[in-house]
Amino acid sequence: MSKNTVSDRFRKVDVDEYDENKFVDEEDGGENQGGPDEAEVDGLLRQYPSATGGPEGLGARERPGGERAELLVVKVLSSFKSSDIEKAVGSLDKAGVDLLMKYIYRGFEKPSDNSSAVLLQWHEKALAVGGVGSIVRVLTARKTV
Amino acid sequence: MAYHSFLLEPISCHAWNKDRSQIALCPNNHEVHIYKKDGTKWTKIHELKEHNGQVTGIDWATDSNRIVTCGADRNAYVWTLKEGTWKPTLVILRINRAARCVKWSPKENKFAVGSGSRLISICYFEQENDWWVCKHIKKPIRSTILSLDWHPNNVLLAAGSCDFKCRVFSAYIKEVEEKPGPTPWGSKMPFGELLFESGGSEAAAQTSAGGGGGWVHSVCFSHSGNRLAWTSHDSTVSVAEGGKTGMLTSLSSETLPLLCVTFITENSLVAAGHDCYPVLFVYDGAKGGLTFGGKLDVPKQAAQKGISARERFQNLDRRASESQSTDKDLNTLHKNSISQISVLEGGRNQCTKFCTTGMDGGMGVWDVKVTLSLIVRFWL
Repeated sequence: MSKNTVSDRFRKVDVDEYDENKFVDEEDGGENQGGPDEAEVDGLLRQYPSATGGPEGLGARERPGGERAELLVVKVLSSFKSSDIEKAVGSLDKAGVDLLMKYIYRGFEKPSDNSSAVLLQWHEKALAVGGVGSIVRVLTARKTV
Repeated sequence: MAYHSFLLEPISCHAWNKDRSQIALCPNNHEVHIYKKDGTKWTKIHELKEHNGQVTGIDWATDSNRIVTCGADRNAYVWTLKEGTWKPTLVILRINRAARCVKWSPKENKFAVGSGSRLISICYFEQENDWWVCKHIKKPIRSTILSLDWHPNNVLLAAGSCDFKCRVFSAYIKEVEEKPGPTPWGSKMPFGELLFESGGSEAAAQTSAGGGGGWVHSVCFSHSGNRLAWTSHDSTVSVAEGGKTGMLTSLSSETLPLLCVTFITENSLVAAGHDCYPVLFVYDGAKGGLTFGGKLDVPKQAAQKGISARERFQNLDRRASESQSTDKDLNTLHKNSISQISVLEGGRNQCTKFCTTGMDGGMGVWDVKVTLSLIVRFWL
């Protein structure tokens, strides 16, 4: 009996892996969607300098994935004039505001030069429209942007 | 609106007796206390001590005057009043995780217990053995069941779960009842049959339709049983209508997540949660839309006094804002999250009074006419 208790290799076994009732998350992360076309968005920006086309255009593509999209969104958001932010947020529907909030928080995660200040302005305006509910939806969302 | 503070601890769960003169509640420990109304005061008349873990659910069967309690000790007890004291009977649930919620069926011949073992136990009394027996509904539940509600036909059961879905099951027990007639939710109802599941494949196309958003905290059937409402942790409230039309509407609210919901008429719901005040929602069956009706807790307007310059500087120094009170001061009736809501009078189709209990240890009784008229005045 004492021989069995010498080895403690059993402690390295992950018993949860062998549990047949284990919860397996079915949701796909939506990471394979193509991001918005950079050129297309740049074109839109040039066409409408005080563009409302930015977040809306991205909202139409449901789950653009990856870092490229995120940098792009931050770039678009930074290009807006401060006075136009409120109008732009006002033109979005509920789903758009939620999507905007998701991108804002993603942008917060990786701050670059002036991005946080701009994002904070966007955050304030989006919060006024979406309320704390939109932030809760960012936190509970299972498909991350 | 009346408010009574029972304890300093959160009230985990509560249940009322038939004439609403007694309330059974769990003061966040292993016991259940029953209070009786004495005019405006509440006096404790019974203490039910049998559970070894926190009592997570209480339901009072109003007609047969029995109480069922379930707890974190994986047990449920059915209490009957004998000679002035409540005597418990153990019900073996055969679960290996804590029980989370319990509800008597409308005819009070069975009750359902939701648990962390990812299953629902439907318990009924077997006459021959003088013993409560239970059957399990397992598939396709994948996580803890947080809330349950029975359909008026005594067979269908709605369950809200931590796997982000709200489902309707059949809990038909052939030993205690006859076969039920068809309903808008389905006509074939063998035990354990799944008749409805929210957040199906169509949710993939709508990012904001609450598909896969959050734990379903609370479910509620309407009085007719044709509508089902549930609140989810992603701050949404949804209503589904049974039948081929199968409409599912969600409203993403601007508030913090709602923890409890109940229908007060066939078209309107009251929900409450972490924002500490009840909220009204109106459902339009024809258009299939859910709209926000108003906040039901209208605070008394604080008297606006002039603030001296010195006070302004002090406030600026302390709070970075010049006003006396920030809007984080809670001027709501409940001072902490509301965890449970129950209809007191009028049933779910013409509710005139409902009651809320919360984590502040208090119970609020709300008069529907009064609170609705306050909203109208507020918005005018």
